[in-house]
Amino acid sequence: MPLVKDGRVTDDSWTAVGDDDQRPDGCSIIVSLERWQKDREDLRKCNQPLGIRLKSDQPPSLIEEDLGHFGLIALEFPVYKDGRAYSYARRLRDEMGYKGEIRAVGNVLRDQFLFMLRCGFDSFEVQKEKDVAAWKDALAEMSVFYQPGADTRTPVLSLRQRKIAAKKST
Amino acid sequence: MYRYDEFDQQLVNERVEQFRGQVARRLSGELEEDEFKPLRLMNGLYLQLHAYMLRVAIPYGTLSSKQMRMLAHIARKYDRDYGHFTTRQNIQYNWPKLGDVPDILKDLATVEMHAIQTSGNCIRNVTSDQYAGVAADEIEDPRIASEIIRQWSTLHPEFSFLPRKFKIAVTGSPHDRAAIKVHDIGLIIVRNDKGEVGFEVYVGGGQGRTPMVGPRIREFLPKNELLAYLEAILRVYNELGRRDNLYKARIKILVHQTGAEKFAQMVEDEFAKIDKTGELNLPNDEIERITAYFADPAYKELPTISADFQAKKSEDPAFAAWVANNVAEHKVPGYAIVNISLKPIGGIPGDASADQMDAIADLMQKYSMDEIRVTHEQNLTLPYVEQGDLYDLWQSLKAHDLATANISQITDIIACPGLDYCNLANARSIPLAQEISERFGTGERADAIGELKIKISGCINACGHHHVGHIGILGVDKKGVEFYQITLGGSADENASLGDIVGPAFTEDKVIDAIETIVDTYLDKKQDGEKFLETYRRVGLAPFKETLYAAG
Repeated sequence: MPLVKDGRVTDDSWTAVGDDDQRPDGCSIIVSLERWQKDREDLRKCNQPLGIRLKSDQPPSLIEEDLGHFGLIALEFPVYKDGRAYSYARRLRDEMGYKGEIRAVGNVLRDQFLFMLRCGFDSFEVQKEKDVAAWKDALAEMSVFYQPGADTRTPVLSLRQRKIAAKKST
Repeated sequence: MYRYDEFDQQLVNERVEQFRGQVARRLSGELEEDEFKPLRLMNGLYLQLHAYMLRVAIPYGTLSSKQMRMLAHIARKYDRDYGHFTTRQNIQYNWPKLGDVPDILKDLATVEMHAIQTSGNCIRNVTSDQYAGVAADEIEDPRIASEIIRQWSTLHPEFSFLPRKFKIAVTGSPHDRAAIKVHDIGLIIVRNDKGEVGFEVYVGGGQGRTPMVGPRIREFLPKNELLAYLEAILRVYNELGRRDNLYKARIKILVHQTGAEKFAQMVEDEFAKIDKTGELNLPNDEIERITAYFADPAYKELPTISADFQAKKSEDPAFAAWVANNVAEHKVPGYAIVNISLKPIGGIPGDASADQMDAIADLMQKYSMDEIRVTHEQNLTLPYVEQGDLYDLWQSLKAHDLATANISQITDIIACPGLDYCNLANARSIPLAQEISERFGTGERADAIGELKIKISGCINACGHHHVGHIGILGVDKKGVEFYQITLGGSADENASLGDIVGPAFTEDKVIDAIETIVDTYLDKKQDGEKFLETYRRVGLAPFKETLYAAG
């Protein structure tokens, strides 16, 4: 599945490791919450970048104490209609101050790219090739945003405030 | 009323083109129906029994004449010359073609309208009091908060895929005309003991298959913190609302199962974590900017009572009856609030033809400072009419079959579209409303019956608000036959209550007689000046049960 990061298709430097698989040496690995909970001591000691994949019923509060161990948190959309991960991403960014990569995995579709970006996701395992090609178009569809998000897009309220300030200063 | 600035306009324009692209991808087959469905729903497009249905947002029910004319134009150009005003202060078109919808939306955008989030599992069009700005008991115009919420909820990145739909209603008066306690979030504008204006917050009310009156979770919320607090409620709901069962997914179930007190604490905990120094903390500048759009219009100084108006009332009893039923008191001396009934006797509740819409637009310009409101009871309200104009206005309304004098009477029925249009319905609603309307009509008997709100839903989803009808009628299907279950004693106002089931359901040919029996029982039991609901609350279900099922 193609991985989009910073607006470009990128090779995935992370390897997903199954719950019963042997841990490969040297590379960056992504494990499940279950594996983390089971092999925590072993995984903490290993000298390789660690990522974790959370299912949509596994809120990040379960790993809040451990966030420092993870260079990547993958949040799963089992179906695009299950919107829990949007709030998980907001929580990770806004409330827990998580600075690592937040990856959208699962049923990741074009019409949700922008919402995901705005909630703090910064890499995307895109399900359909065609959606990858449409990445730029999908992001360009909307340029006005009412809400503050976890991204750098300026919400309307700030733009209005700037206008008022500019008016006052002239 | 609110006017778009360049940002509001650009967002709506971009949304039109985005949707045009989505429709094109559907028509080319690139999108499967299953993937297209939530996209079209988030833009108000349903697939009904016979055709697509487009629901256009009328935020908090306020329209200008220009917008009303556009609604007429759309009915003519793209639909079958009529539209249907809904209980959520929106308008629905029942026969648009999929390929036309982007053009309809483009036309709407030219008059600052859209269909964003009129359906789907997202925050829906916010609703409010149709008497906003003109009610004497109002603390503050609820449309200010409603517009702030409209903007914040529009294409919200975090809350567009909620467990289920989410409805917010706001009232600025202690007398609740917006049914806020049966909404996912209900806000009442209040003044605290320091004289500051803020919100009382109710959460987890709703109708549908598990009706509930929402509990209060916050006594006073300062104005500036509104959005941060809403965001806290929505975040808790988005994470914890049930997603395994469609019928248990509304926030009311979460609040009920968690317990209101505990839920309130979870919201407060989340609220404490949200950064209130940032964008979510509404600056006074922005509140003032929006408030200015809802300032009082330039009222004339008029005598409290127009002599001409009084004379006309005594000359013309039909006019007097219309005034008694359809005209409400205005906060400014010499002005009146006029309700236009969209419930002609034997007609379809909430429907208006394109010609009627155009005629109404003319009357808005001529008599009501260019403004009208859509009510959740599927009528229209002219908010700024001079008493001295009432007679002329009434005559013009009569000429367009818009002067039925039955507001809040037994024939002012709320009905969902029912089995005539809807693929969820078990039974027809509209023909039943028509039959009741014809049975009771207007005039002496209807006046004697007085205020009596009948609400009809064709299925348990309760779009016709039957749970909160003084008399509620619910269509049920028993082995392919339409039956109607009757409830009594519901109410959607500040003393909200859910109706009690009276007994076994009635067949279609018996249900109108059953309504008549209920009415006769009320007239028999009523004491001086008592309204139906008051009598019911005094005497209870028993006498009605007795008369209804005596013969059986």
